[in-house]
Amino acid sequence: MSKEKSLAEKMKLPWKKMPIAGIMFEPGSTVEYRTGEWRIEKKPAINQDKCIRCFICWIVCPDVSITRQPKPYKNYTESVEVDYYHCKGCGICAAECPVDAIEMVEESKVVP
Amino acid sequence: MYRKKGKFTGEGVIPYSGEGSTVTIEGAAVCTQTGCAYTGNEAVAYAAKQCNVDVVSAYPITPQTIIVERFSEYVANGEVDTKFLAVESEHSAMSACVGASLGGARVFTSTASQGLALMHEVLYLASGLRCPIVMAVVNRALSAPINIHGDQSDMMGSRDCGWIQLFAENAQESYDLTIQAFKIAEDKGVHLPVSVNLDGFTVSHATESMKACADEDVHNFLPPRESLFKVDPTTPISVGGMALPEYYYEFKRQQEEALQLSKLFVNRVGKEYGKMTGRRYGYLRTYGLEDADAAVISLGSTCGNVRSVARTLRAKGKKVGAIKLWMYRPFPREELFSAIKDLKALAVMDRAISFGAPQGALCSDIAATLLNTGSDIKILNMIYGLGGRDIPPSTINTVFTDTLRAAKTGKVKERINYLDVRE
Repeated sequence: MSKEKSLAEKMKLPWKKMPIAGIMFEPGSTVEYRTGEWRIEKKPAINQDKCIRCFICWIVCPDVSITRQPKPYKNYTESVEVDYYHCKGCGICAAECPVDAIEMVEESKVVP
Repeated sequence: MYRKKGKFTGEGVIPYSGEGSTVTIEGAAVCTQTGCAYTGNEAVAYAAKQCNVDVVSAYPITPQTIIVERFSEYVANGEVDTKFLAVESEHSAMSACVGASLGGARVFTSTASQGLALMHEVLYLASGLRCPIVMAVVNRALSAPINIHGDQSDMMGSRDCGWIQLFAENAQESYDLTIQAFKIAEDKGVHLPVSVNLDGFTVSHATESMKACADEDVHNFLPPRESLFKVDPTTPISVGGMALPEYYYEFKRQQEEALQLSKLFVNRVGKEYGKMTGRRYGYLRTYGLEDADAAVISLGSTCGNVRSVARTLRAKGKKVGAIKLWMYRPFPREELFSAIKDLKALAVMDRAISFGAPQGALCSDIAATLLNTGSDIKILNMIYGLGGRDIPPSTINTVFTDTLRAAKTGKVKERINYLDVRE
């Protein structure tokens, strides 16, 4: 991922080379800041078999951390995935899912 | 942007031995100037008018009111095409200034005392976002108890805000420094805000004879603003972003370097202004330091009194001198040291209390200047003139007497002297 690389390189910039007044010349740099580190307790796990692709979770996520990926799965042309780099674990997606396809699981649990 | 540090040449220290407050430059092709009678406030407003300011956002407060009043008259009469923003508070005034400045405009504002205190938060934004705003600060005491008269507590309270801070002695200097301030602030090597300080009432409300340049000369001296960056839809940028521990420190280090280097520009602009008007500016002006044993250093309007008393004492054969600091931030460390290094005693006049500190703000800076230099200059700290308390020549005379005694005996009695306070 080129963005991650550029972040790592920017971290090493000495003070003389930093942009004046902290100006950002490119849009969307917030993506590079991984706020998912703030997540506590549990993280959402999506059961792709149960999911009916209604995208209610994608709409209600306050952190834009539910993403639609162009990966075909069985009859569906898209998959719904969680961006764990930015998800705070609020659980709104799990509460709103009409088919209980999202479960809040322990942080240590490996999600496929 | 980060040029090599200029080697110290002793420039910017302007020795002076003449009468009045003007330093004449030999052989200078001086521009045509009109004699006029202005108060300090009117002089500042007139300078801002001649500087062709794009945006003025200010809120009136005694003793600065006349600056805002006079400037809004210029706007109402159609004498300037400035956008005048009448805001609801000083916090909003400075916020609007930051926005306008980021948009590439030439911006002016002015305030005093409580107004500056209310602005405090936004002052750091102006310097951190590198906005070349010029602000006249008409120095006034801070509450409580409430007091509208002159002392320098307001600016001293905000002295670490990252602004270039200039101090004017009289109406003429208020006018001259305001014009220079725009040129210094907007230089691409500086890109920092500047405050021009004038003492409340003593300078702001006293009518003095002074000289003003013609509009064309000011326009030639100060070309339209060019910015290193600006908020512009054709080349979008984001400003005011968050910088957490990984970044913040580097930005602040960068800002400090810019402020320290800005001093070279202060001197350069002072020199250029001297060529135009015959009035040379720099970091500080010295009087009688060639052979002085004892000297007094001060900021603002008191410098005139100090120089006058020093002149009287020198006529009586006393080896005394006087120093006026035009530039307080960045502090002209090397230049000041070169000026004072042969003194035996130096009295430092502070027109503000730095509560709980070992000394007044200016005195602390001078003590730091002498640190590790092996210097044995005796330093006397004088707190004076709080809340507009008069500072007559007789008081300055006692300061010189004390300083001469310290120079002779090598002993300093009091850590801080509170001049003219009722005991």
